[in-house]
Amino acid sequence: MSNKSISKSHQEYLSAIKRRKRSILIAQIGILILTLVLWEVAANFRWIDPFIVSSPSRIVKLFIEYATNGNLHKHVFVSLMETIVGFAAGTILGLIIAIGLWWSEYWARVIDPYIVVLNSLPKTALAPIIIIWVGAGYSGIIVTAISVSIVVTIMNMYNSFISTDPNKIKLLKTFGASKPQILKKLVLPASIPNLIGTLKISIGLSWVGVIIGEFLVSKAGIGYLIVYGSQVFKLDIVMMGVVILAIICALMYKIIASIEKHFIKWIE
Amino acid sequence: MDKAKVVEIKDLGITYHTIEEETEALRDVNLDIYHNEIIGVVGPSGCGKSTLLSIIAGLIKPTKGSVRVNGRLVDKPLNNVGYMFQSDQLFEWRNILNNVLLGLEIQGKLDDEAKERAKEMLHSYGLGDFIYSYPYQLSGGMRQRVALIRTLILEPDLLLLDEPFSALDYQTRLAISDEIGTILKKEEKTAIMVTHDISEAISMSDRVVVLSQRPGTIKKIFDIKLSCNKERTPLKSREAPEFRQYFNEIWRELDIHV
Ligand SMILES: Nc1ncnc2c1ncn2[C@@H]1O[C@H](COP(=O)(O)OP(=O)(O)O)[C@@H](O)[C@H]1O
Ligand SMILES: [Mg+2]
Repeated sequence: MSNKSISKSHQEYLSAIKRRKRSILIAQIGILILTLVLWEVAANFRWIDPFIVSSPSRIVKLFIEYATNGNLHKHVFVSLMETIVGFAAGTILGLIIAIGLWWSEYWARVIDPYIVVLNSLPKTALAPIIIIWVGAGYSGIIVTAISVSIVVTIMNMYNSFISTDPNKIKLLKTFGASKPQILKKLVLPASIPNLIGTLKISIGLSWVGVIIGEFLVSKAGIGYLIVYGSQVFKLDIVMMGVVILAIICALMYKIIASIEKHFIKWIE
Repeated sequence: MDKAKVVEIKDLGITYHTIEEETEALRDVNLDIYHNEIIGVVGPSGCGKSTLLSIIAGLIKPTKGSVRVNGRLVDKPLNNVGYMFQSDQLFEWRNILNNVLLGLEIQGKLDDEAKERAKEMLHSYGLGDFIYSYPYQLSGGMRQRVALIRTLILEPDLLLLDEPFSALDYQTRLAISDEIGTILKKEEKTAIMVTHDISEAISMSDRVVVLSQRPGTIKKIFDIKLSCNKERTPLKSREAPEFRQYFNEIWRELDIHV
């Protein structure tokens, strides 16, 4: 399969792929730059009202201002902390519940309709209730984040667990494996690719929960910043909040994707 | 035969229940298998061959009758029975060595000595260069050989093989069945091998059991006696003058209409 000496045609094939990859990257960066330039120009020449749509330079200026007077890192830190705690707790709790459902087919079937309803319900509708019940501090926001992400984690992981190859289970049983052993040696490791896929989704959902929570009640955080900006009608603040959010979410997604690369060896 | 009896199947029957129907898969199966025998099992598809192996392995309980292995009643999977599947069932996330060690790990018998033994076996079966490779890096034949070592390292008294070569291409299948057949004889193993390939059954087995259509019962048992020069191996068996004759008789017994 692997050929050590690379022929000329193969070299050409490889460089064609490289060229294409580079061209895609250039186009991606190009779109970004073009958008920023157009935005800036349009705002500068008053084709659009910078008061309403802000502009890249105004955002950068505001960013520097917020970053130097020490407020920004606090907002970012608060949101980040709430998201990471909510994400981690949601994932762990979701995994535990999914394992429980895999363990007991009876209970899986009993609670199936509830999961279905919860899944189709827009979880953000629960946010006000949760915040009243749990409290208006960080904990309310974290629980909101958990509530938004956990159902997907439960459903994805449970489905992954029950689709474990029955022949592999049979193999372990011929070795005399117990149920915990089947879980540990087979079901969990076989579900790692699905777990990573689920993490990619639930990290985004955790952010949804945190921002919603911060919209409703908070004294700090990126969501707070956005709501505050819109209330005092300073769209620069709103836009800055959104841009920071986009950058952080992209970074987090990248981290998970790089974890995925570690496992890609046998995912095929 | 005055050798020790390894398997004793008595009046075995099983009926499966599903919501739609009940299926009688096996009926009145009686069979004794002796030490160092390889038994080939052939029969029309759906006649209960895999079911038979699963019962012997203690994975499902029969409705009637009993199975004993080395005199012990099979009511759960026994440590001295090994099972090989149609596909190798290697765990993609474990390297070859750790795949081989899986059974020992489950049975709590994993130690340094066992690891050394696993490495030695991999070496002696031509997989020395792949000890730390992952399954996707191996060919189908090599993977099936790993599956065999994973079974053999548990030193089972009885091996159950369910169409072990049917996922392989024809050439690989001839080569690996020759190899595995030779290994089983050399290690003095007792084995039951289900196959849909009549030639494979004749070439590897001491006896070939023909099962009837469902509910599967034993229709006929053929004692395979081949005149081979020197030692009998699965590949050489195929050249024996009696080979064709057995093939035709078993084919007739299978009574397959299309
Ligand atoms: N778990 C099961 N539940 C219900 N019916 C089954 C089950 N396993 C096998 N059967 C039925 O029993 C019969 C024998 O199956 P099997 O032993 O797999 O046949 P073979 O291996 O000879 O092709 C088939 O008709 C099959 O549909
Ligand atoms: Mg079968």
